[in-house]
This record gives sequence, structure tokens and C-alpha cells, in this order.
Amino acid sequence: MRNYIIKRILLSILILFSVTFIIYAVLRCLPASYVETMAMQLAQQPGAKPYQEWLDQLNASYGLDKGIIAGYFVWLGDFAQGNFGDSWKFTVPVIQKFHDVIWLSFVMGAIAFILQLLIAVPLGIVAATRQYSRADYAITAGALIGISLPPFFFATLLKLVFAVKLQWFDVSGLVGRTYAQLGSFEQFLDKAHHLILPIATLVITSIGSLMRYTRTNMLEVLNADYIRTARAKGLSEHKVIYKHAFRNTLIPLVTIIGGSLPGLFSGAQITETLFSIPGIGWTAYQAMIIGDIPFTMFYMTFIAVLTLASNLLTDILYAVVDPRVRIA
Amino acid sequence: MSDTNNLKDGNGSVSEETLSLNDDRRVKTLSPGAMVVKRFFRNRLAVLGLVMLAIMFLFSFVGGMVSPYGEDEQFYTYTFLEKEYVGVTRNEDFRYVSAEGADFGSAAQAQFLMAQMMGKPEFDYKDVTYGVEQEGQDFYAISVDGSVIAIAYKDIVNAADNIADLPFSVKYAALQMYTNGSTGAFSADGQEYTLDEDGNIIQGEEAVGYISRFVVQSRENGVVISRDFKERLEEVLDNEGTEFVYTGEDGEEHNYTITYDAAAKVWSVMQETETYVYSQYESPSKTHPLGTDANGMDMLTRLMYGGRVSLIIGFIVVIIETVLGVILGGISGYFGKWVDNLIMRIVDIFYCIPSLPLIIILGAAMDGMRVDPQIRMFYLMLILGFLGWPSIARLVRGQILSLREQEFMTATEACGIRVSRRIFKHLIPNVIPQLIVTCTMSLGSVMLMEATLSFLGLGVKFPFASWGNIINDVNNSYVLTTYWFIWIPAGVCLLIAVLGFNFVGDGLRDAFDPRMKR
Repeated sequence: MRNYIIKRILLSILILFSVTFIIYAVLRCLPASYVETMAMQLAQQPGAKPYQEWLDQLNASYGLDKGIIAGYFVWLGDFAQGNFGDSWKFTVPVIQKFHDVIWLSFVMGAIAFILQLLIAVPLGIVAATRQYSRADYAITAGALIGISLPPFFFATLLKLVFAVKLQWFDVSGLVGRTYAQLGSFEQFLDKAHHLILPIATLVITSIGSLMRYTRTNMLEVLNADYIRTARAKGLSEHKVIYKHAFRNTLIPLVTIIGGSLPGLFSGAQITETLFSIPGIGWTAYQAMIIGDIPFTMFYMTFIAVLTLASNLLTDILYAVVDPRVRIA
Repeated sequence: MSDTNNLKDGNGSVSEETLSLNDDRRVKTLSPGAMVVKRFFRNRLAVLGLVMLAIMFLFSFVGGMVSPYGEDEQFYTYTFLEKEYVGVTRNEDFRYVSAEGADFGSAAQAQFLMAQMMGKPEFDYKDVTYGVEQEGQDFYAISVDGSVIAIAYKDIVNAADNIADLPFSVKYAALQMYTNGSTGAFSADGQEYTLDEDGNIIQGEEAVGYISRFVVQSRENGVVISRDFKERLEEVLDNEGTEFVYTGEDGEEHNYTITYDAAAKVWSVMQETETYVYSQYESPSKTHPLGTDANGMDMLTRLMYGGRVSLIIGFIVVIIETVLGVILGGISGYFGKWVDNLIMRIVDIFYCIPSLPLIIILGAAMDGMRVDPQIRMFYLMLILGFLGWPSIARLVRGQILSLREQEFMTATEACGIRVSRRIFKHLIPNVIPQLIVTCTMSLGSVMLMEATLSFLGLGVKFPFASWGNIINDVNNSYVLTTYWFIWIPAGVCLLIAVLGFNFVGDGLRDAFDPRMKR
């Protein structure tokens, strides 16, 4: 087991190298519009140096004067030492900006995830136990609708109904207009109030896959021989389902839930952008749009690490939870 | 019952009648393919999905041909636009005119103002005593030693357009009459003039000037306001009216509305002009069932062409994904060992690349480089396809790994069939069912991805329509709240199409699964 984990971690590091190199190369190959715009602005100031001199100076100070491979290793060296550079867009150290916004994304993701679990797992089990019933059709159709709903369209609909027509919520933003005058508890309530629509969007558009996953796995378990045995020896249906079947369904569920924990930090790019919630997703979107290389590199690496971590976690949990699984 | 039924039902019941009980032909057998079809059509959701897809395809591909309008055909309309035509102020300051040869400078004017306010009959300035005499309402004559050297007035005397200026004596005489409310003939400078009720100064038959308290300024460059219009305007202002109709020299009738800005003390006169514009955000009507968009294009037609673009992009991307995925997955699964290892590591790397952020960056870069919208669409398809193949490669590889250990593969090897044929003729067809399911589902997700990007303004661009960039209009909050017909139909179409693919994909998955009970 330990050898397996070590092997996987080493492999993950290798993958991470390749991924960051690809991203770095892509970013460097793009026209460095941000630096050019900056140079253009600086050169237009009275008594300034000509454009080309500014461009060279900026390129040198941002480390863009080296070739891609040399530049990558400089970046890698800095990264390994925990020096992530300064964000061009936000003009603060990347890590500071990251620290400012990540927790909001995490809280939003965590609440949405818990709600998803509470809704999806029971519904999935109901659908599986009454296969081909009306409830099953309704739940399956509901899950597929959730998957098929374009998040941006659904968010806009929610805005139109609840923010514009009913005026229960603000259209976007994290805090209301009177935020600064509120007491600390009211400030908390204000933020919570502004998070309702984004979280609703997140839950509804991503609940479907978990629901279907639960249903499929529950169906598989219900077809197993030991369930037939349990029924044959005369156990009540309640006991068969919740004691024998559900516990076995938990194995894949726990695995996938554990695997999605790192993903809670990745932020919901589209939803945050639509509702102007200053989480990591929106922040990264703003940085990416103007070509802020330090922040983008950091964000992409962060997401890649999260993906690798969740894959690793899934595999490990699979072996830990299910004693039948052996990892060589 | 047998005889009568035989006649009615024909062959079917005859054969049934004559077969023995244990005859094989009594048992209906279906080929595996027919079983799949039967299971598929038993699934109500799958059939619903199929119907939804059929409708969307008809709508997008046939609709565009049936629609009387083109993809980017713009519609125009006449609309009345209110533009500010003239601004009017009422003169509240004294204006001065001095007699020929006399001097009455601004310092003396200030002295006069003080004297006038305090009601003094005279004032001194630079050792000269000026006499002030009120000759009418807001009209003063300033004299030195009994002779008038200047006049101060608020009712402005204007020369007619074709005359340079009126002589001092004419102005003086005209104002004397005007400010006392009288009209009639007067003589000045040895010539005869007449002042009429509207304040026009007439010499012979010709108007040489007019008196008015209002200053009328044209708000548009190069527009000369006629005296006739000014008279009409003054009349309305005197009656405190707010609207009037005036027929200009070109014979066109215009509506004018007057608004008064109390802070600036300006009346602005708005002219309603008929302008030929794009028929923007027109409400649904018979000619345009879903109205028109921001560019005056028929919404329903845009929606049809948008569906075409979205569906075509979906298909091309999935084809790219599948071709890459099947080739690489097939090679990897069949050869195993280091080839498999290498390809699977590449797959791992691709899995790990955050695709949405990467596409957003590339989209923003294409914005920066001003890539032509059509070429941009090709790039978009290539990028989406290139980022999507790893999941298909994994699927194919997994299937092939288990299939290649089976006996029929040993048989192909024993027969000496060449490798490429073994992979693509004997192994891949066995993967097709799973491949079809995955492709159908990923059609839906690719369409969602494209729509999201187009919504963010980073995917398909104007003049091409796609369901995503039609919804993009809601970034204008006025559209979001007022013009539901712009974006809700596009969202519903997108939802129906994606849902159709997912329903069908789900139904196919169940239908292909031999363990399914039904």
C-alpha cells in the first residue's frame, strides 16, 4: 500500500511538471498583450522613454525576456521556494490575493456540496428501489435536466425571477449597499443572503451526476446475490435496503465523495463570474482575461494539484473502504 | 373462432394454427440489434429524448431553409426620435448700444447698472455726468448733456438675416415704441419704418429686423432657424404651451415639444424627426414571431441558424474526439507494455489540464489577435476536440484490454490477420456500443461548453449566431429585465437539445446493457 502511494505521488509530480510546462508554454506563446498595453501606456506619459525601451524593461522585470524553457525553470524554481510572484492585475502578491478569496469559494462549495449530498443520495436510493416507477422516472428525468441545464442560463433565470421580479435578492455581488453600516452579525447575514442564489445554481446544476451515481450503484447492489439471500431468509424490506444494500452502496459513494473534497477549493468559475462573487473562480477569470501570467499560472497549477489529489484520494479510499480491493 | 378469424386475419393466424406446440417458430426470436432497439423504444424517456432531438434538428436545419429571412438580414423601421432642435433663453441682462461716435464702455455700463438699480436719475464716471432716463419697460436711454449717447435694453433688436445691422437711431426708435406696447409707423435716419404687433421692423415691404426678448440658439450645426419659426415659438412660449406643430420651409410637418429646465433657465425645444433605424428589440409580432434582436435581426431565424451552428460544432468536436480517442486508445490497449504506458501518461496529463480556464485564456487571446469569426469557429472546434479525446481513449483502451484476451482474438491471430485489421475490424466494433453512448452524452456536454464560452463572448462570435451568444445579450441588464423573448427561447432550445442527447444516451446505455431485465 505504502509503495503504491509513493509510486502514485511520484507519478503525480511528473504529470504536474508536464502540465505546468504545457500551460506555461501556452501562456508564453500568446501575444503578451498585458505587457504591451502597459508599455504603451507608460510610453505615452509626458517625457517617457520610447515604447520599445519600456517593453524591454517590463519584459525583463517580468522574466519574459528569457526563452520558454529557461523561463519555465525560473518559474519552477521560484514556485518550489514558495515565491509565486505578484499578480499583474491585482498588483499584490499572488498568494495574498489567493488567501483573500479562497475561503469564500470553499465555503460556497462546501455548503453546496453538503446540500447536494443531502438531496441526491436519498433520491438516488428511492429511484433505485422503485426502478421503473413514476418516482424513478421523475428522479432520473430531474437528474438529467439538472445535468443539461446550462449554468449561465439557469443563473440568469433565477436572477430574473427572484432578483428582478420578486426582488428578494440583489442581482449580483456579495454584499448589499448598506453593508458598511451593519453590525458584524448582520454583515454575516447579508453575505449569507447574497450567497443563496449562487449556491442554488451550483446545487441544481451539479446535483444530477451524484443522483445518477447513487442510483446506478444501488441498482447494482440490489441485483447482487446477497440481497436475494437476505430477502429469501425473510428480512423486512426496510432492513434489506437500509442495512444490507445501502451499506454496500456506501463504498462507491464514500470513494467519490472523498475524491471530490479537493474540488471544493477549485471554485465555481461560471457561477461566481455571473453573480460577481469575489471567490477564486471570478478572481481567476479576471486575471485570465487580461493575461495576468503569474496569477493564471498559480491558479492553473492549483487546479491541477487538486485534480491529481482527488484522483489519488479516490484510489486510496477505494482500497481503504472496500476490504475486497487489493492494490498491488 | 378459428375459421372466421382465419379469413379475416390472413396468413399470420393460419401459420400459428398449423404449428405444433413445441415448434421453434412459435417462439419469437430477435437479433441482438433488434433487442437493443426494442429495449430502447420501451424506455419512455429515451423516446421523448429522440422526439426532442428530431424537433431540434428539424428546427435548426430545415427551419433555416423555410424561414423567409437570412441569418444576418437586418430589418429597419421608421421611428420618431426626439432630438433637441433649439434652446431658448429669455434675456435677463441689459444689452447696450452706443450712438455712432459715442463711447460707452463696460466700466460705464457697470456704473449705469448701479444707478439703475438704485433708481438714480444720473451717475458720474470719469468726470462726466450721465443722465439716465427710463423710456419704457426695461429700456433706458443714457444721455450726456441732453443728447442720447447709448441705450440699455433687454428686448433684443435683431437684424434680419440679409441685413448687416440696423443703425442706432432705428433701434432706439423701434425700442421706444416696442417697450411702451405701441405699434405703427415711425421714422428714423430719414426713412420710414413700421413696427408690427409681432415686433417686426418693416421698411417698405421688407422686414429688416425684429425685436424679441428670447434668444434662440440652434443645437445642431448648420441649421438656421427661420424668423417664422421663432415667431411661432415665441407665441407658444408666451402662452406657456408645451407642444406645437410647425411646417418648415421644405413643407415637412414636425412635432415639437418644449421642456423648461428651471436650473439653467433654458427652454429646450425637441423636434420629433422620423429616422430610419434598425428595428431593435421589436416585440413578437406576426412578421417576427420572436421579435428582433439588438441588431434588428429576426430572432426566430437567428435561433434556427444558431441551432445549426451549435449542433454542427457539437458533432465536429465529438468526431475529432472520437477519432483521436479510438486510434490512441486502440493502439494503447492492443499493444500494451511501454506504448500503453506512454499513451496513458499522455492521457493523465490531458486529464489534469484545467480545460475551461485554458479555453478561456485561448478565447481571450483570440479576442486580442482579432481572429476572423469564421476561422475562430474552426479553432474552437479543434481546441475542444483536442482537449476531449482522453476520456474516449481510456474507455476504448479498457474495453480492448479485456477483449484481446478472449478466444476470438486468439483465432484472428492464428488466421494471420494483420494487426491494423485485427484492431479496427475485430476489436473496435465490440467497443461501438459504449462508444455510441459516450458520444451521445458528450455531444450534450460539448454543446454546453460551446454555449458557455459563447455566452462569455469567447466562443462563436457575431455575425454567426449560436444559442450561447444569443443569450449573451443579457449582459445588458435592460435586456435581462425587459426583453425576455431575446434570451429565454435560446436557453430553452439549448436545454431541449442537450436534454435530448442525454435522454437518448441514457436510454442507449440501458438498451445496450444485456443485464437489463426489460
